[in-house]
Amino acid sequence: MTDAVPDQIYFEDIEVGDSIPELEKSPTSQQLVQWAAGSGDFYQIHYDTSYAQDTGLDDIIVHGALKHAFLGELLWRFAGPEGQVKRVQCSYRGMDPAAQGRESAQEKKFTLRGTVTRKYTEGERNIVELNIEGVRADGSVSTPGQGVVVLPSRN
Amino acid sequence: MADQEFESAITDEMRALIGVKGPETTSELTTTSVRMFARSVGYVDPAFYDEAVAQERGFRSLPAPPGYLGTPIYNPADSDPTFGGRRGGGGFRSPYPLVLNGGTDIEYTGEQICAGDTLTSATALASLNERWSGALGVPMLIQVSETTYTNQHGKVVAISRGTGISYPRPGD
Repeated sequence: MTDAVPDQIYFEDIEVGDSIPELEKSPTSQQLVQWAAGSGDFYQIHYDTSYAQDTGLDDIIVHGALKHAFLGELLWRFAGPEGQVKRVQCSYRGMDPAAQGRESAQEKKFTLRGTVTRKYTEGERNIVELNIEGVRADGSVSTPGQGVVVLPSRN
Repeated sequence: MADQEFESAITDEMRALIGVKGPETTSELTTTSVRMFARSVGYVDPAFYDEAVAQERGFRSLPAPPGYLGTPIYNPADSDPTFGGRRGGGGFRSPYPLVLNGGTDIEYTGEQICAGDTLTSATALASLNERWSGALGVPMLIQVSETTYTNQHGKVVAISRGTGISYPRPGD
């Protein structure tokens, strides 16, 4: 279980090239239904297998915007209670399946990762830019992107 | 691989829509809608669920998790049952029937977005491009739509850019 609120990290503690703590997800059909209600996207390819197959998909797929929101959570946790998420950008390069029935959610593991690419100060704000990505259980990247957060300073 | 020749589906009428803002949409954030969104992503941070914690952390009320820009006010009598009227780039309609979500880019201005806020948004088509999909053997139309979200105090809180990819049914 991940900590509800991670310890605060400070601008001075970050170096370009650092990897940030990973976030692990295992999207299930139940989570996709929760997302449909939470986001207002009720497209049937995300919860109705036969509907998904009629459009040429193998099975239901994870919503692109949910993968974007997972990356948002990765950055929210990295920025900590005193930080701010400034930007979350990603491309949907491939479909990601969701665990259904008795299938183990671990097989549909989806890991969110990030690496610091730049840090600078703009006015009074300490800005950190990152490459971020959503990675499938087999190690392939389906959802590459970039993020920007504002971090507090120790000074 | 050499680019496959194909006939452009982009017309002058479609190009004329670039930069033209569509109708305004009003979206609300409530404590329940923030909790529902946060739960669906899997957040365990109590700031999204407990108003006292959110206020201790400096928020007016439950903060919007990244990606949540309110729920459009809807009436099923006149809203789309699938997307609730939240997609699309101004008045643009693709000539192709199948659609994929190509990407999402949301930039925040730093203004708080919290339960209790009402956001007004308008979407404009930002760009149109085409490319050949070797995998599907069809042309693809790539549209970028830009939506600006303004809060009840008239402050811009976020700018969202969505990439939509539309294409004809392979084999048609």
